[in-house]
Amino acid sequence: MPDVTITVNGKREVRSVETRTLLVHFLREQLRLTGTHVGCDTSQCGACVVHLDGRSVKSCAILAVQANGSEITTIEGIGTEEQLHPMQEAFREHHALQCGFCTPGMIMRAIDLAIRHSEADETTVRRELEGNLCRCTGYQNIVAAILAGAVAMRPHV
Amino acid sequence: MYQFQYHRPKNLAEALDLLAQDGDAKLLAGGQTLLPTLRQRLAAPSALVDLAGISELTGISTKGELLSIGAMTRYIEIIESPLVQATLPSLARAVALVGDPLVRNRGTIGGSLANNDPTADLTAAALAMHATFVTDRRSISADEFFVDLFETALEQGEILVRIEFPLPDRAAYVKFRNPASRYALVGVFVAEVHGDIRVAVTGAKAKVFREHAFEAALQTEFSAKAVKGLDVGTTGLIDDLHASAEYRANLISVLTRRAISAAMIGSHRGA
Ligand SMILES: Cc1cc2nc3c(=O)[nH]c(=O)nc-3n(C[C@H](O)[C@H](O)[C@H](O)COP(=O)(O)OP(=O)(O)OC[C@H]3O[C@@H](n4cnc5c(N)ncnc54)[C@H](O)[C@@H]3O)c2cc1C
Ligand code: FES
Ligand code: FES
Repeated sequence: MPDVTITVNGKREVRSVETRTLLVHFLREQLRLTGTHVGCDTSQCGACVVHLDGRSVKSCAILAVQANGSEITTIEGIGTEEQLHPMQEAFREHHALQCGFCTPGMIMRAIDLAIRHSEADETTVRRELEGNLCRCTGYQNIVAAILAGAVAMRPHV
Repeated sequence: MYQFQYHRPKNLAEALDLLAQDGDAKLLAGGQTLLPTLRQRLAAPSALVDLAGISELTGISTKGELLSIGAMTRYIEIIESPLVQATLPSLARAVALVGDPLVRNRGTIGGSLANNDPTADLTAAALAMHATFVTDRRSISADEFFVDLFETALEQGEILVRIEFPLPDRAAYVKFRNPASRYALVGVFVAEVHGDIRVAVTGAKAKVFREHAFEAALQTEFSAKAVKGLDVGTTGLIDDLHASAEYRANLISVLTRRAISAAMIGSHRGA
């Protein structure tokens, strides 16, 4: 089994993996970071979104060996229980979840979206959220939360 | 997923060697099609040869009236490229309609074209603009590249290196999405390249194709009116649970007219 070195949430991890291990399984089963979810087996739902070198990606459509040498951020790496990330706080504030299964992927996508489109309006948010499915909320509150979270994330001048 | 070996060659020569040694090895680009396929055990390659570290397959540049895009260029890089936006905005717009933003952060132009999915978007762009496919050993014209359902002119062990797009005088792509998969139910790319008008249709047959009757009419007069009333017929059109052949035939006409209008109001380089 090949060794990989992957920096996850700032911590350098050196592990042996099977070549066929998907990044999402590496995170969940080898590192026990179970915040990243698996919602489908066709790469369509976005429950598994993490940041790979700063871009949001579906961790079920990447092999752990492909991520060798890169930096990953998961939902566990963005805030603490005492100090939520502004986007997490916005989701809490706007009641942007029901069962919560899609939430980690939504938040990771939302953070990337907010960084790239700091002035995002509702149309942009909905368009940029096309790869994330939610079966509970109807998206209304998710969109409201992301709009508020994006404002909270703007660098203060 | 079945077991396989994994290689990350440093250059094109090494990748070609790996393919030559193992006839069951497969190339891995963005993995957005290949990995879901492996995950469902629909394929069992002996090895994956990851193209991610090969600099010969990257880069966007212009050479006179040609825009050259490396096979491993990711969709997001094409969308964000100031060079593509300035020289071939219709392509940047078509790429922005592929899948979803997460797919676009990983998927590559070479992977999409080599895959030749009958409902892919960029196949229509390449065919309409008469692109040239440069491989490790030869150049293939778009008219020859797309052979059949998921089949291209690429030989066993051949690697697509870059795609060269002649810059069109005007061009536009209009897509009607399958709302569930986001692939094209039908997509039409219209382009005028050095006075030659080409209309490429994706999503409607086993592979992307040119609608010659429309091209002939547009050659006489480039306007939506010129193709109005021309019957595309239903011969060979896909007829499935997503849409009937008649519905697709109608979409081809409607989307072609929209693409023509978009190309006409667009800048000289299209839409
Ligand atoms: C949810 C979802 C939605 C999607 N929606 C769309 C859509 O709307 N429109 C659309 O067009 N596509 C869509 N796709 C497919 C996506 O565009 C893929 O990225 C693309 O089809 C394949 O590109 P890739 O880089 O991921 O290639 P991979 O999956 O890595 O490879 C695809 C195939 O091409 C071969 N290959 C790759 N590179 C080369 C090369 N340089 N030379 C020779 N052979 C090579 C591989 O061996 C493999 O057989 C979607 C995918 C998903 C998961
Ligand atoms: S688990 Fe559904 S997209 Fe990754
Ligand atoms: S809150 Fe249940 S899937 Fe989104």
